[in-house]
Amino acid sequence: MSDNVLPEGLDTFPKLLARNAVQWANVPAYREKEYGIWQSWSWSQVSEEVNALAMGYVALGLNEGDYVAIIGRNRPYLYWAMLAAQAAGAIPVPLYQDANAEEMAYVLEHCGARFIIAEDQEQVDKVLEIQDQLPNVEQIIYFDKRGMRKYEHKHLNAYEDVQAEGRAGHERLEPVLKERQAKLDENSTCVMLYTSGTTGKPKGVVLSNTNIIASAKASSEFDNLNAGDSVLAYLPMAWVGDFIFSIGQSCWTGFCVACPESPETMQADLREIGPSYFFAPPRFFEGLLTNVMIRIEDASPMKKKLFDIFMAHAKMVGPDLLDGKSVSTGDKFKYWLGDLLIYGPLKNTLGLSRVRVGYTAGEAIGPEIFEFYRSLGINLKQLYGQTEASVFITQQPDGEVRADTVGVPSPGVELRIADNGEVFYRSPGTFVRYYKNPESTADTKDAEGWVATGDAGFIEESSGHLRIIDRAKDVGKMADGSMFAPKFVENKLKFFPNILEAVVFGDTRKTCTAFINIDLNAVANWAERNNVAYASYQELAGHPQVLDTIQGHIEEVNKSVALDEMLSGCQIDRFLVLHKELDPDDGEMTRTRKVRRKIVGEKFHDLISALYDGSKTISTETEVTYEDGRKGSIKATLELRDVAVVPVTKEVAA
Amino acid sequence: MSDGYVTPDGRTIGEKVLEMRNITLRFGGVVAIKDISFDIREGEIRAIIGPNGAGKSSMLNVINGFYHPQEGEILFHGEVRKPMKPYQIAKQGIARTFQNIALFKGMSTLDNIMTGRFNHMKTNMLSQMIWKGPAAREEQENREIVEKVIDFLEIQAIRKTPVGALPYGLQKRVELGRALAAQPKLLLLDEPMAGMNVEEKEDMSRFILDVNDEFGTTITLIEHDMGVVMDISDRVVVMDYGKKIGDGTPDEVRNNQAVIDAYLGVDHG
Repeated sequence: MSDNVLPEGLDTFPKLLARNAVQWANVPAYREKEYGIWQSWSWSQVSEEVNALAMGYVALGLNEGDYVAIIGRNRPYLYWAMLAAQAAGAIPVPLYQDANAEEMAYVLEHCGARFIIAEDQEQVDKVLEIQDQLPNVEQIIYFDKRGMRKYEHKHLNAYEDVQAEGRAGHERLEPVLKERQAKLDENSTCVMLYTSGTTGKPKGVVLSNTNIIASAKASSEFDNLNAGDSVLAYLPMAWVGDFIFSIGQSCWTGFCVACPESPETMQADLREIGPSYFFAPPRFFEGLLTNVMIRIEDASPMKKKLFDIFMAHAKMVGPDLLDGKSVSTGDKFKYWLGDLLIYGPLKNTLGLSRVRVGYTAGEAIGPEIFEFYRSLGINLKQLYGQTEASVFITQQPDGEVRADTVGVPSPGVELRIADNGEVFYRSPGTFVRYYKNPESTADTKDAEGWVATGDAGFIEESSGHLRIIDRAKDVGKMADGSMFAPKFVENKLKFFPNILEAVVFGDTRKTCTAFINIDLNAVANWAERNNVAYASYQELAGHPQVLDTIQGHIEEVNKSVALDEMLSGCQIDRFLVLHKELDPDDGEMTRTRKVRRKIVGEKFHDLISALYDGSKTISTETEVTYEDGRKGSIKATLELRDVAVVPVTKEVAA
Repeated sequence: MSDGYVTPDGRTIGEKVLEMRNITLRFGGVVAIKDISFDIREGEIRAIIGPNGAGKSSMLNVINGFYHPQEGEILFHGEVRKPMKPYQIAKQGIARTFQNIALFKGMSTLDNIMTGRFNHMKTNMLSQMIWKGPAAREEQENREIVEKVIDFLEIQAIRKTPVGALPYGLQKRVELGRALAAQPKLLLLDEPMAGMNVEEKEDMSRFILDVNDEFGTTITLIEHDMGVVMDISDRVVVMDYGKKIGDGTPDEVRNNQAVIDAYLGVDHG
C-alpha cells in the first residue's frame, strides 16, 4: 500500500505530540468544564501529563504491544490515557462506556487487555464484576476517586498516583519511553476500535499510524482546519469518528478539544464553547429541530410570525448565499435583517453560531432538516465513512452540498461500484486487519486493498457524487421480483418528527409492512396541546389518534415511494406502532443506535406474522432489560392498520 | 460501646458527638418526647424511626435547637449544651434538611446551595457592595465549595434552573446540597426519602452513603421507610408515642418485639 504518505518525523502520535508541545506550547489543546469553570490545558501541559502517565504505565509493568482498554465518557484525562498508551508503545482500545458487563467482557477478553483505564467507580465495578472471565487483566487505573476508598487496592491505582509514580521515576523511565517510541513507525498499530456490529459479535479493527494520520491530514486539508478551530467531544470515545476528530485531527492541526461537564449539560456546554467544527448524527439535528419547533409553537404570536416570515425567506435564499451563488440586493438585505432578528439569536441558542464546518453522517438526514440548518447559514455537510476506512470515504466539498448524496471521494480515496451495486473503496485510511479474525478480514478486504462497504449505492453521473441506497445485504427482492430496499422507505418515514424509528419488512414477500416507533418528545407535545390524556409510553403509542397521524404519514410516504421507478414496490401495506422503544440494552439496536434488523425480526416474529395474516389486533409480551441489567417484561395489545397504496403504473420507458 | 466500635463494613466509629440524656419535651399538656436518651457517634449513620406522630421530627428539632426540652440535657462533645438559637447551633457544625422542602423556589439551584455558605461569610454588607478585594475573594472561595457539592451530587445540568421548576426528587437533592455546602460535622436529614419513587430513593441512599464515606460526616436521619433505613444505617433508635422502644443495630431492632408490635400492631383480642 501507499508508503511515504506521511511527512518525515510526523508518523506517530508521540512525535506529533512532541511537535505540538513546542509549536503550540501555549495554545489550548483540551478543555473541560469542571466545577462550573472551563479548565484548559495547553499542548505543553498535555505533553507533560501524557508522558507522566506513560512512565507510570511502564512503572506498573506495561509492555510494548499490550492492549490498554479505556472506558468512560469524553474527558481529557481519558484522551491522554490513550496518547500515553501510544507513548509507552502499547495500543489503546476505547470501549463504549454504556456497554453492559457482558458486552464489555467479550471485548476485554478478545483483545486480552492487561491494563484497564476506567473513568470512575461505576466502570470499575463493571470490570470487577466480570474479572473472573478475564485472567489477563492485571491493573485497573481509575480517574475519579469518589467511592473508591474502600476497595482493595492490590490491582487498583488512581490515575494521579500512577502519574506521580511516573514523574518520580522519570530518570529511569524516560529512556525506556524513548527507546520504545524509537521502534514505532507509520506501520505500527495506532489504535484498535471495536465496530458496534449490526450483525454478530463486535470486530476489532486494527488501524495503523498511517491510517489515522493520513486520514486526519487529508480531511483537515479538505476543510482547512487549523489550530484556531475548536470542537466539542461528546460522541462515544469508542467510535472511530471521535478518535479521528479528538485525537487524529486535533493532534495534526493543533485545534482544541472541549469536553462537556456531564452528558446532561452537553447542550449548554455546546452553547458556551461555540465550536467552529462540529459533527453530529442526523438524530441530533432532528431532535434539535423538533425542540426549536416545539418552543416556537409556545412562543408569543409576534415572535412566531417573525420566525415564520424570516424562515420562509431563509429557505429561499439561505442555501444560495452559503454556496456563494448570486442573490439580489433586496434579498440579501432581508436575509441580513433576518440574521439580526432570528437566525443569529437562534444559532446562538443552539450553540452553532461559530460553526464553519459541520458534518452529519451515519444515517440519511431528512431534506427539510438539512435545508433548515443550511438556510440559517450553518455549513452543514454530509460525509460517508466507516471504521474500516478511518472514517472518510466520501464527503461533500463546500458549494456542492445536497441532502440526497454523500459527496465525492475524499482525498486519496478510490471508489468502485461492483456489479451488484455494492460500494468498494481503497485509501491510505484502509484498515490493516480485523484482530484475530483472518476470515472476516479476507471477506472484507481483497488482496489489492479494496474494501467492501456492505452498502449498495451508485455514482450520480451528472455530479460525480455517491448516493447510498441501503445496506447491500438488506436489499432484497419482493415476490414479484421488484427491488426491496427497506432503508430507503424507513428514512422517508423517519423524516417525520413524530416517527423516531421504523423497521420495514417485505423481502421475498408480496407486500411491505412496517414497525413504527413514535418520537415521544414530539408526540407527547402534540398530546398535551390537544388534550389527549395518556399514562405511559405504551398507552400513547397505542392511542387511536396517534395511529391516525402515523397512518397519514405512511400514506404520504407511499405517494413519494410510488414515484421512484426502481423502488415503487416498497410501499407499505400494513403497519403497527410498537409498544416499546427499540433499545441497545435489549440488543435491538447497536450502541450507535442502528437497528439490528435480524434481532428485531426474531424477537417480534409474532407481530410480523400478524402483519401478514390480516388480523386486526395482536396481544404480545416482550422482555425488556433495564439499564442495570435486570430483566422484566411488558404486555400489550396492539392494533394493526391497513394503509392505502398508490397503484403503480409501470412506465414503458423505464 | 464507650469508645466507639467497628461497623460490619469496616468503618471505625468514634466518640460520642452528641448525647441526649433523659430528654422530655412537652407542648402544653401534650408530651411529645418522654424521657429519651441516646447518643450519636462520630462517623456513623444513625437513624430515628417510628410510626407517624412518634416524635421523630420533634427530636430532630431538639437536636438543632429549634425546640428546648423541659427536662434533660444535651451533651455536645461531652459538654452540656446551653439552650441556643438554631443559627448558633448551625455554627457549631450541625446542618439539616426538612421534611417538606424549604428552599427558595424562585432562586436557582446554585444560589440556593450558596445560602448554605452564609455562616461562613465574614465580609460585611458594605464591602460586598463595593465588591473589591475581600468580598469578591470570599465569594470565589465559597463558590468553589458550592461547585464541589454540585459536582458531588451530579446536578450540574440544573445549576441555573429555578428550584421551583424542578421535580420533587431533585429538589430534595438540592436541599441536601445546601446542607452539605455548610460543611457540617453532623448532618440531620428529616425524611430525606419521603414521597420518592424507588429509583430516587436508591439515588438518595447512594448519596447519603457517599457523603458519610467521602467527608466522614456523621449523619442522623429520620425515616419512615424501614427497608431503606435498615440498609444504610449503622444504629437505629425506634420511637413510638414519644418513647424510645428500641435502640441498636438494624438486626437487633428488626428482631425487637416492641418494635414489631409498634409497626405491625398488637393483637388486643
